[in-house]
Amino acid sequence: MRDRRVSIALLYPELLGTYGDGGNAVVLAERLRWRDIDADVITLGAGATVPTSCDVYLMGGGEDGPQALAARELSESGALHKAVDNGAVVFGTCAGIQVLGTEFANPDGTPHPGLGLLDVRTVRGTGKRAVGELVSEPLVDGVPTLTGYENHGAVTHLGPGVRPLGRVVHGLGNGGGDASEGAVAGRIVATYMHGPALARNPALADLLLSWVVGSELAPLDDAEVADLRAERLRFIRRRRWRRDR
Amino acid sequence: MPSALPLRTRLAAGAGLAVSELSRRVGAGEGSVIGGRVLLAMDGGALARLAAGRTIALVSGTNGKTTTTRMLAAALETRGPVVTNSTGANLMTGLVTTLAKAGGQDAPAVLEVDEGLLPKAVAGLQPSVVLLLNLSRDQLDRIGEVRIHAQRWRAALEGAPSTTVVANADDPLVVWAAGLASRVSWVATGQRWRLDAYSCPNCGEQIEWDDSGHWACTNCSLARPSPHLALDGDDVVLADDRRLGLALQLPGWANRANAVMAAAGAEAVGVHVADALAGMGVVAHVAGRYQVVSVGGARVRLLLAKNPAGWAEALDLIRPAPMPVVVGINARIPDGRDPSWLWDVPFERLRGRLVIATGDRGRDLAVRLRYAEVEHRFVEGYVDAVRAAGVSDLDLAANYTSFQDARRELARA
Repeated sequence: MRDRRVSIALLYPELLGTYGDGGNAVVLAERLRWRDIDADVITLGAGATVPTSCDVYLMGGGEDGPQALAARELSESGALHKAVDNGAVVFGTCAGIQVLGTEFANPDGTPHPGLGLLDVRTVRGTGKRAVGELVSEPLVDGVPTLTGYENHGAVTHLGPGVRPLGRVVHGLGNGGGDASEGAVAGRIVATYMHGPALARNPALADLLLSWVVGSELAPLDDAEVADLRAERLRFIRRRRWRRDR
Repeated sequence: MPSALPLRTRLAAGAGLAVSELSRRVGAGEGSVIGGRVLLAMDGGALARLAAGRTIALVSGTNGKTTTTRMLAAALETRGPVVTNSTGANLMTGLVTTLAKAGGQDAPAVLEVDEGLLPKAVAGLQPSVVLLLNLSRDQLDRIGEVRIHAQRWRAALEGAPSTTVVANADDPLVVWAAGLASRVSWVATGQRWRLDAYSCPNCGEQIEWDDSGHWACTNCSLARPSPHLALDGDDVVLADDRRLGLALQLPGWANRANAVMAAAGAEAVGVHVADALAGMGVVAHVAGRYQVVSVGGARVRLLLAKNPAGWAEALDLIRPAPMPVVVGINARIPDGRDPSWLWDVPFERLRGRLVIATGDRGRDLAVRLRYAEVEHRFVEGYVDAVRAAGVSDLDLAANYTSFQDARRELARA
């Protein structure tokens, strides 16, 4: 048993929480508590001082204006950079992947500097907004098929400093034409599966937690999530089957 | 149908209504969509022509449209007949069929309007009054950004100098949307939902609230305007500090907020606030909301909540624990295809009781409830879900299409 509590920082939920992204904090904390590991969720509103000592930092999806505001606050304080240097785990979804990168697009298409924690660059997409179920085969070990929902109008290009989180099976993902989805570098994981991605993908949640705890975690009864995952994957198979005929 | 209309509009209205009636008779639904399509195909400019000369009140916002429309209609009915789209047919097709069906040109029209359609409706109908209730996250997959609505409302109302806007002073997005209107009646509803307005719609900086509910942008001049009417508990407070009691049959804060907005709307077209409030007392349920249906010996009260702000209110209305409750969730097109918002709803408040999760996306809800540490079961089918709750008096809360399915299935049982 660990001798200290795990602290999970939820960054700016009012700016980066458009799609129920706060759920990821609930999922991580509960999966620790169910294993008798104490966990605290620290909600950091805009303007709050971001501590550098948390174990996990979560960034969700946001609209363009709030996203830029969040990027500016984090870049001025430098807190997330220090936390990453200290070995913290970072999980970013949707706007999160964009803010973590080197730059993203303002509403008018001009580039806005990101935090530069991930070697990814996001530009405004030229096609239709990517909206719908997203499925990928993960490129990290021990995690089965990833399932989620995407809703974004941007294209994220991966640089040599990151690898994709997964290869797209259904949906758009990063949208750069290379079928990549998300990005991973060290303990920073980012994805376009927005909202409570960790609720639908408990193995990914446990992978992040194992990095914090430093050992493998005891299995949990995830039968209900398995039912949900099976239902979502069936739904996509039916849709694809209809579309392909 | 007014006889002063051009022949083309009269023919279009006649054909549209005939098709609408036919569709209703063969059981294809309310008929306003297909009838409206026929009407608009024959006369694309029918909306403005059908409305000409009539006093028009429009009601829009994310939550409370149907109920507020019903309340405002009830308030104006104290004076005489009112034309209204009481079935919630709030798109262009519904508006034109409602107006085409309407009798005497003297009757005012109270129309619920979809948020996305409001700019077009304002331009076409030249309304006397527009009620802006609130704006919050809803149907994330389709709309993307709730602020786009605020932006479009703002532009549309700037171009409507003869319209009085009744606007919720406690919703920064609404205040900004009404900011360029020539006449605004501000209403303090005491809205508690703030998640969608932390960053200023005007400049993008942060908005701050104080304990009394006053809010202001930390950077620009956008701030809570001082209200003309305010809701305080069960009272409406007038600008001169006089208080009038609300006597509603509909439960909860959200309905009291709807009532004070409707009262300000009625006042804008010449009905005294006290008379308007008295008129609303007759409203007992609205399009099935709050209706009680009997199923195999159980009395089930139906509650509708469509998005996180609506659910936050619905959770307050649900009978307290340990009473079990049925919760139905769908994610069809009218609901929004993405149920991620389930994680923005404080379902933790349902702890201490059994929740029966049902609907197309009942499994998503079951997972949400597991993490909320709420005892629950997933049961397919509304009748079986009610049975599984095992009590004779209970609430069933559901989102839009799930609510409709539940109403239909329970009525058949």
